[in-house]
Amino acid sequence: MSALFDHLPEFWQGLVVTLQMTMTSFAGAAVVGLVIVAMRVGPVPVLRRVATVYVETLQNLPLLVLLVLAVFGLPEIGLKAGLTTTAIVVIALYEGAYIAEALRSGVNAISAGQGEAARALGLTFGQSLRHVVLPQALRTVVQPIGNIFIALTMNTSLAAAVGVVELTAAANRVNLLEAQPIPIFVGAGLAYAAIAAGAGFVTGRLERRLAVAR
Amino acid sequence: MSNLLFDEPGPRARRRIRLATVAGVLVLLALLALAVRQFAANGQLAAERWQPYATWPMWRYLLGGLWSTALAAVVSAALAMAAGIALALGRVSRRRAVRLPSAAYVEAVRTVPALLLVYLVLFALPRYGLDLPLFWKLVVPLAVSNAALFAEVFRAGIMSVERGQGEAALALGLSPGQSMRLVVLPQAARRVLPSIVSQSVGLLKDTSLGFVVSYAELLYSGKVLANFNGLLIQTYIVVALVYLVVNASLSALARSLDRSAAGRGGARRRITRGRRIIRVNR
Repeated sequence: MSALFDHLPEFWQGLVVTLQMTMTSFAGAAVVGLVIVAMRVGPVPVLRRVATVYVETLQNLPLLVLLVLAVFGLPEIGLKAGLTTTAIVVIALYEGAYIAEALRSGVNAISAGQGEAARALGLTFGQSLRHVVLPQALRTVVQPIGNIFIALTMNTSLAAAVGVVELTAAANRVNLLEAQPIPIFVGAGLAYAAIAAGAGFVTGRLERRLAVAR
Repeated sequence: MSNLLFDEPGPRARRRIRLATVAGVLVLLALLALAVRQFAANGQLAAERWQPYATWPMWRYLLGGLWSTALAAVVSAALAMAAGIALALGRVSRRRAVRLPSAAYVEAVRTVPALLLVYLVLFALPRYGLDLPLFWKLVVPLAVSNAALFAEVFRAGIMSVERGQGEAALALGLSPGQSMRLVVLPQAARRVLPSIVSQSVGLLKDTSLGFVVSYAELLYSGKVLANFNGLLIQTYIVVALVYLVVNASLSALARSLDRSAAGRGGARRRITRGRRIIRVNR
């Protein structure tokens, strides 16, 4: 147990990096997801095709392959960025595809009358998306998006495999020093579980707050 | 396709759509040109840097990696599914002593990264005298983490079978175990088949953790190859394409299964992904 408490600063540092990566890449993924879903439900065939290909491609590639490709491959063609930044961008692009899919299922769950009514009022595509469709779609997908958030948190640990020192990597380093794997890895696992529990709590509250009584 | 947000376009809308099409194509072309320029400026387009991937020995090596990937995926899928069915049955059991531990397992494993489990098997178990062969160092953590996800899929399937089915079986005098085995499970299995296939895509993606374990599956083989021939970006692009082809075929299979299931039973009976199921996106 003392192995855990002697190295609290390292753990804290790792936890901070994990939280930073989670928050920034989730924000990025939300933006990517919104853009992709707007393209995918829009009337322009080319953009629909592009968005579909984007989602299909990113959902069928392992995140670790994308991370390795970005971290070791991109410098070869002159694209260099910080390790953590690269990981955040890759995770945001990857999870963006999942958020787009969740949002699309939300959009599809809205009854057609809503879109027709918005058009009958003379709203443009962008307006009806922004004022009518998305506010309703978002409500129905709070829980799926919360699950994506939890999966994203777990996925930030893959950045450890390409050298980012976040919580998992920090635990691994401390273990190499102390050779007390059980308390160290269990401690790290509890930290992840706490983040997931927090996310679950918030999405549960949000869902109840946003629910529309019908 | 959702045509929720627009009608049949009139002349003005058609003009706007054409404009957006041209703009979209231009942006795509610009991105493509930028990528080609970056490749060319750094000498990565040279023929001799791509030539090796037109030769058989390279492909033989990579396909060997793909074979190991498939092996790890199939074995961990078999283990995870068996454990998943047991956990799902545990979660719908009437006995608290069975229900609570199953639920606790699923909830706990869901919130721990697979990589952490891999590290646990890599570094913790050997200290307690359990040094598994490389293959099992990858397969065991994958089976442990995916068992929870499969359990949720199976549970959603069991819950989707109408209550009347189980009640009718009991009324016919079958025991609860028989009614589950002979009546409920066969129907549930058919309904969860598409979800199982798409879940397996997630598991196949997880096998790329072999990169960490240094088990020679596809991604690790790619790493070895790239370190050997120095063709980093080319190798990883080829590896990514192989993953893409394999996973996209599996996903297409899941979709067609989904469609044929919907055709058989009507959309009414399709199980929606339960609220608690996370899409696997490791």
